[in-house]
Amino acid sequence: MTNRSRLTGFWYVLPALAFVILFTAWPFVQMVWISLNDWSLITPPTFVGFENYVDAFADSQFWISLRFTLKYTLLITPILMIGGYLISLLVTPNSGLSRLTRTVVFTPVVIGLGASSLLWYWLFSPNYGLINKFLTDLGLIDSPILWLGVDADLSNWAVIISITWKVLGFGMILFVAAIQAIPQEITEATMVDGAGFWQRVRKVILPLTRRTILLVTLVSVIGSLLAFDQFYIMTAGQPRNLTATSTFYVYLNSFPYLKLGYGAALSMILALIILGFTVVQMALTRRSNT
Amino acid sequence: MTKALSDPIQAGPLDLEFEPALREGASRRFWAGRNKYLLGAVCIVICLVLVTPIVLSVSASLKTTAEAAAVPPTYFPSELSLDNYDRLWNYGSGLPTYLRNSLVTAALTIVMTLALTVPAGYGLARFPVPGKEGMFIFLLLALIIPYQALLTPVFLMFSTLGLTNSLIGLAIVHTTIQLPFSLYIMRNAFEAVPRELEEAALVDGASSWQVLRRVFLPTMVPAVITVTLFAFVTSWNEFLGALVMLTRDTSLTLPLVLAAARSVTSLGSTDWGMLQAGVTVAIVPCVVVYLLLQRYYVSGLLTGAVK
Repeated sequence: MTNRSRLTGFWYVLPALAFVILFTAWPFVQMVWISLNDWSLITPPTFVGFENYVDAFADSQFWISLRFTLKYTLLITPILMIGGYLISLLVTPNSGLSRLTRTVVFTPVVIGLGASSLLWYWLFSPNYGLINKFLTDLGLIDSPILWLGVDADLSNWAVIISITWKVLGFGMILFVAAIQAIPQEITEATMVDGAGFWQRVRKVILPLTRRTILLVTLVSVIGSLLAFDQFYIMTAGQPRNLTATSTFYVYLNSFPYLKLGYGAALSMILALIILGFTVVQMALTRRSNT
Repeated sequence: MTKALSDPIQAGPLDLEFEPALREGASRRFWAGRNKYLLGAVCIVICLVLVTPIVLSVSASLKTTAEAAAVPPTYFPSELSLDNYDRLWNYGSGLPTYLRNSLVTAALTIVMTLALTVPAGYGLARFPVPGKEGMFIFLLLALIIPYQALLTPVFLMFSTLGLTNSLIGLAIVHTTIQLPFSLYIMRNAFEAVPRELEEAALVDGASSWQVLRRVFLPTMVPAVITVTLFAFVTSWNEFLGALVMLTRDTSLTLPLVLAAARSVTSLGSTDWGMLQAGVTVAIVPCVVVYLLLQRYYVSGLLTGAVK
């Protein structure tokens, strides 16, 4: 190929490159710089080196937020993975009812997190919500449960229920595709061997869909570590900021509190944690491929 | 690095058609030895549980004002009414303003995403650009640095450029989020076109731009639909970026207005009926678009599950 065609190709890529430089790479460089400054927007920035980072590690709310985010991630990930996988096993055969179930389970995935959180905020409302009403009608509770914003663990579970409803279909659809991609001869061979269903799942289906399982785990762990909308809307961080996730705490510092330097340092720490997970998961995904 | 990034996306089941038809017989045998009525019943229960919240929300939006605020609440409206939608229509600067903001932002996001990723996909897939693997990785940068972490510098940049409280500014943020996924879809689609088609046109003396328009674009329709669909859903639903970038009431998008309506109403307490009317308005376009274009949605997810 000629030099001309090389250059032509470059011109086509240039707008996208410029966009990423301007709106992703450059802001990232700026964020590094901001994180090294004491800056409250009203006063001019003063260079303080790594002081913001040092402050973060001494900040109890930073740890509360980080621990809470990790706890949320550790609780919800297995639910999403196991739940999604079991449903995918159920709906893998292409019957009419299976297809319908796939469509229904996937529908909440396309709904906005904001809308779904408001929907569940209402369902979990102590006096106006239908969850307490239903539990009362079943005779399981006498007085309304205060689901959101009073007890951190209970709030966490309420959010987990809502998010499970919202994103279960994401893993399911990818798992169904992975299971259907298993060559039929393999599945049939194990059936001839007289292997029972769960034996087939354990010996054949799970190992052969390993890389999809890892990929979905990666996507959902990263998504959970960055959780914001659901807590902002359903708990507003209450009680006493105990349910303010890491992203929530970054937001609080950067915007309402206007501690730009400190917020940027927190962003950097969060971005590094995410990067760590990305790298670990990618290494795992790659090894399982060979 | 290249391998690490592209591997989980390219290989595995993700390049396959979503439903490589399992033969009916095999399909039945998948569950060999299981009671099919029991399995069917489990499917039905799952469907009912998953669909209930949406049904309850939509039906709550159709209650009368009094019934929507009743304690204890009713499961279904005893009398249908559009009162809640009436209040929503006139809430704040009025629902039409907010709907317009959400739609304009989504439209701008779609246009920008396509304008950037169609040429970039073409350039990366069909030209011997030096260092193109490196460029591709660089363009996927937003996957590694989450946009949530970049909002402070972007906000500062936008304040100097006058792009806060601007739908263009918000659309730029949404385009940033959507870019890696869309580029992935586009590059794959361009790579899938056989070389002969392109060569025939080049022999006729067509320029690369003419080849793009006449030869490639007609075959790119599914990819363009997929990218458009995901850009719409992302932009329509996105919350945090909008929360940071928009403060003036007349420029708010729908999700922000609903979140605000959760706590503040003219009555001083939450207007539950209006809130569920708002949730319904926010949900319906996404669900309709999904049900109509399900095929593109699922294939897009399988190709670019990195999102």
